[in-house]
Amino acid sequence: MTTLSLGGGRTIPAKYVPVLVTACLFVAMFVAGGIRYEGFATGQIVLNVFIDNAFLLIVAVGMTFVILTGGIDLSVGSVVALSTMIAASLMTGPGWPPYVVVPLVLLVGSALGLVMGYLIHAFDIQPFIVTLAGMFLARGLCYTIGTESIPITDPTFTAFAQTRIDLIADMWISPSVIIAAVVVLVAAYVLHYTRLGRAVYATGGSEQSALLMGLPVGRTKVAVYTISGFCSALGGVVLSFYMLSGYGLHAVGMELDAIAAVVIGGTLLTGGTGFLLGTVLGVLVLGLIQTVLSFEGTLSSWWTKIVIGMLLFAFILLQRLFSARTRS
Amino acid sequence: MRRLLWPILVLAALLLVNLIFTPGFFSIQLREGHLYGSLIDILRFGAPLILVSLGMTLVIATGGIDLSVGSIVAISGALACLQISQDQGLFAAVALALGLCTLLGAWNGFLVAAVGIQPIIATLILMVAGRGLAQLITDGQIITVNDPAFKLIGGGYLLTVPFGILIVIAVLAITVFLTRRLALGMLIESVGGNAEASRLAGIRARGIIVMVYAFAALCAGVAGLMISSNVSSADGNNAGLWIELDAILAVVIGGTSLAGGRFSLGGTVIGALIIQTLTTTIYSIGVPPETTLLFKALVVTAVCLIQSQAFRDKVFHRRGRAAPPRPVTEEKVRVST
Repeated sequence: MTTLSLGGGRTIPAKYVPVLVTACLFVAMFVAGGIRYEGFATGQIVLNVFIDNAFLLIVAVGMTFVILTGGIDLSVGSVVALSTMIAASLMTGPGWPPYVVVPLVLLVGSALGLVMGYLIHAFDIQPFIVTLAGMFLARGLCYTIGTESIPITDPTFTAFAQTRIDLIADMWISPSVIIAAVVVLVAAYVLHYTRLGRAVYATGGSEQSALLMGLPVGRTKVAVYTISGFCSALGGVVLSFYMLSGYGLHAVGMELDAIAAVVIGGTLLTGGTGFLLGTVLGVLVLGLIQTVLSFEGTLSSWWTKIVIGMLLFAFILLQRLFSARTRS
Repeated sequence: MRRLLWPILVLAALLLVNLIFTPGFFSIQLREGHLYGSLIDILRFGAPLILVSLGMTLVIATGGIDLSVGSIVAISGALACLQISQDQGLFAAVALALGLCTLLGAWNGFLVAAVGIQPIIATLILMVAGRGLAQLITDGQIITVNDPAFKLIGGGYLLTVPFGILIVIAVLAITVFLTRRLALGMLIESVGGNAEASRLAGIRARGIIVMVYAFAALCAGVAGLMISSNVSSADGNNAGLWIELDAILAVVIGGTSLAGGRFSLGGTVIGALIIQTLTTTIYSIGVPPETTLLFKALVVTAVCLIQSQAFRDKVFHRRGRAAPPRPVTEEKVRVST
């Protein structure tokens, strides 16, 4: 195994390098922002990134499982929208209580993931296409439920939206961040300390070898899409805490954000390599880019897109350069 | 030819469904020296998608993917319309737009081949930034132009045939010649099979990758000209929105594997026609607009299932004949690291 040698004979295994590079670049970006903008370099700014992107983080965790097996899930954004839509329509229309609606939404998301996983595994269809069909299906279901935005007035949901959990030194987080943190911790445990996690890495590394080793490749593949579906639905619930509405146009293009977060975090799209911590950092980087742009303030919407593209490019280029240097 | 059998059957089935709902669906008339008819419409409105899909096929054959084509469609239309509205001359406008698109495609290829960024992310950069660039060119407005010569590209007729169809036929002919009559197609497939091994075998893999991305962008550029010419305006925000997904879908329905290593141009054309026919079908059988996506999802799933060997074996129980051995999953062998 190639290693990055530091002074004093200590070495870092090559597999950790991309995550470390991402972490360093994130810190560098934060420091640069702190120098350039007043009031930027505070802990609350980082916490705000978590608060604003809790749903993206949850979805990206599910996406990490899928990408680690070498697959891809394009349906996540639509499933998020579908979840907000189902939750809002059931609570606003027939007035169902949240403790019925939320499990139902999670069930629908998981079931969608399960079906997609089954199609991919049993019929050998490419994940990109199956999940693209899933994306159309979920978006289509949203519009079938309703084309307008449905407000959520349920007291439990509004309470979740307004609660602030105070931390030390005037810093605070929302309950969504705690949900996201729990999801990340559970997912990290599953990936690194359970048989399923081992099977996920093995399947992504080489499906054929995993099969020959007697690992349940098919079950693993179905499982990761189910997990991704569940995470998307949970992300949808958290997004409806944040938005307090259900709308078919929520989270358009979010699958690309999630994929970008996973890849920025150093996970390879070919599967088998990557860490959940990288995904967390990837979401933080995307969120920080948004924060920097909001501090800049005066950009028109098209310049915002161009700058996001340029920052993404600069980031990936730097990451690539650092990783490539340590490899040779 | 066997690979094309199922896509062709699906296309035929879709057309037959249309015939049931619209009895005169297959009739083609010559009116005022122009060809008219539903089939001609499918070809005409499907022309941009076919072009984008052709470029996408070669990119996917090298094991890559290009998400930026939708943004390039918007940039091309925006730049051409801006130039024409400033009286720069049609030829200069078209040349400039296509030149910029090719350059942007080469940039994508450079990121993938030379810098080594994963294709989906490398092209995601331009997908996001390119949309902004298109809006920057049009200043966030919709530019309308009134130039009969420009109108010809997407909405005009030449020798009774819609000009867009002729462009597609020309591009298809050139692509087929270059990839199937010359060695280029084999080189592209070899790069898609294993870029590093191809390089070691003496193929200039990087050059080929840059070329296919440039070609894909050029095709998207032409498609952008068609789309903006057809409506005589450029909309930086919505032109070509999500066309990359339709194009990828067309390529896969046509039998090209996203893993790279082999491709079928004929399949791609049929795949794109299936998607365009599907859109037409949605209108002709009167699916309510809210459920069009639902309908599309069901048809796409059905098409993919029918094409899946595993599905056909399970459903039709063809036990009389020994099932062919399942192909070994293509392993990407990493040579360097």
